[in-house]
Amino acid sequence: MRRYSSRTFLLEIVMVAAALVFVFPLWMLISVGFRSSADVARNPLGAPTSLYLDNFVEGWRSGALGPAMVNSVIIVVSAVVILVVVGAAASYYFARSSGRTGGRLYLVVAAGLMVPFQIGVLPLYRLFTQVGLAGNPLSVILFNAGIQLPLTVLLYTGFMRQLPVEYEEAARVDGATSWQVFRRVIVPLLLPVTGTVVILDGIAIWNEFFTPLLYLGGTGNVTLPVQIYNFAGEYGADWGRIFAGLLLASIPVLIVFFVFQRYIIRSFGSGLKG
Amino acid sequence: MSSETLTAAPPVALPQRRRRALYGVPIWFAVPGLFFFLAIVAYPTVLGVYYAFTDWSGLGSAINFIGLDNFVALFSSAETLAALGNTVLMAASITILQNVIGLALALGVSSRIKSRNILRTLLFAPVVMTPIIVGYLWQFLYVPDGPVSTIAAALGFSGVNVLGDPSTALWGVVSVVVWQYSGYSMVIFVAGIQNIPEEVGEAAELDGAGPFKRFAYVTWPLIRTATGINLTLSLITSLKLFDQVIATTQGGPGYATQTLSTLLYNQAFLYNRYGYGIALGLIVFILIAVVAFAQMWLLRDRSES
Repeated sequence: MRRYSSRTFLLEIVMVAAALVFVFPLWMLISVGFRSSADVARNPLGAPTSLYLDNFVEGWRSGALGPAMVNSVIIVVSAVVILVVVGAAASYYFARSSGRTGGRLYLVVAAGLMVPFQIGVLPLYRLFTQVGLAGNPLSVILFNAGIQLPLTVLLYTGFMRQLPVEYEEAARVDGATSWQVFRRVIVPLLLPVTGTVVILDGIAIWNEFFTPLLYLGGTGNVTLPVQIYNFAGEYGADWGRIFAGLLLASIPVLIVFFVFQRYIIRSFGSGLKG
Repeated sequence: MSSETLTAAPPVALPQRRRRALYGVPIWFAVPGLFFFLAIVAYPTVLGVYYAFTDWSGLGSAINFIGLDNFVALFSSAETLAALGNTVLMAASITILQNVIGLALALGVSSRIKSRNILRTLLFAPVVMTPIIVGYLWQFLYVPDGPVSTIAAALGFSGVNVLGDPSTALWGVVSVVVWQYSGYSMVIFVAGIQNIPEEVGEAAELDGAGPFKRFAYVTWPLIRTATGINLTLSLITSLKLFDQVIATTQGGPGYATQTLSTLLYNQAFLYNRYGYGIALGLIVFILIAVVAFAQMWLLRDRSES
């Protein structure tokens, strides 16, 4: 066991200094929002001197961040629920089908990871328009349920292939149907991987900007990132106001992060990206 | 763009797959998933690829097949060539910087320092933030007479305008991405370092290897998988750079920070040259496919040797 030596102490100082440089932008994100824009223009590096909340009140009221946040939550939750249900079921087939078709279909779906979604995003928008979903948040929900499916299937199938097959076979011998095996044997074992799926898919969908901008921009159903884009455009160099909005919009994901940080860091550390 | 998914390889080398189940699961379990995949991913993408060879504006119903005209136009446009050059330069610089910094941070938080857990959390926090928000945050940091410019002036460099100066704007955008995602590279390296049995490093230490030798001969060779995953992920993500550019420079000044993705957006959705925009998307796809296959080939080569 290596002990805490003077060299370790030196490393500690260097690391804390590096972290301070990294955290500096986050400190600005917090401090600027609590100061008037005139004050920020005078001294950009200054700290807040009083509890100045006008930016938040104004930003929340005029920036329409509340409704956008609600839309974002609805879209993320719906898409993630679809992904978990549809992805787990499909992966059950991919991981446990007896013939070769399952493995082949799995490879086709997994190859979807490489396809840049910009290629299909406008033809898809055209399809949504034809079925009357233009400007409807459902279009973004369905889009994400499709786009995140390859990652979801990769995670679930990889996990299920590691599960011992004996329990399922025993249940089959006892006369259970595939559905019963899935429901009673497989699903209860999926909790850890479902956590990873929810984290990676959820954060990716929450942060997404391009497609919601395209599909919902200009309607009353925009998501938080799109509303931030509108908002920042509107306020020009009114940085106190803009930063209050940026901070308000970041709070949900930062709270989730600090509460579940160990789990989130482990999910990302696996080398898969949402 | 933040939302695409791309995987490098399974997180760790998995043991051989268990024997195939003796019972067959009926295909209808996969039907809803396959429907989503076909309707949302496969069919629109195939349509999109077809449109790359047409003059479709993206709006009307007038679609004429024009063969390779879009690609010919693309490679004779100064703006597109600039965007291609910027994209490759940015992706290469981001990949190098993000991974060098990520590795250094990973070594730091994997040591015995007392603050390692809190530092790891703080350094990772930017990864989960919305890229467009991070972009606006940095636009302010770099604004003339803003924080960075004020600090630079105190150090004797007056009039610094990182994002407004064509010679530095690209590096300004690179710094935004490197700041946001170094923590991501860090956690993947940390996972790789944690997989190294502690005895190996201790044995090297007993044999008199200092920290640098231990890194060069023990740690570095044993985190190759993490390095491969990191290089692929950062290259692929940065080849598609969009959100951070839109929130900081919008491709300017001039074409200085225009990427293939921002150009695609402008052409396809602002100028209604959809076929042309999709042709740009295919170029991005080809670059990504080259990276992905290079990685697959490299990993295969290693496991055989």
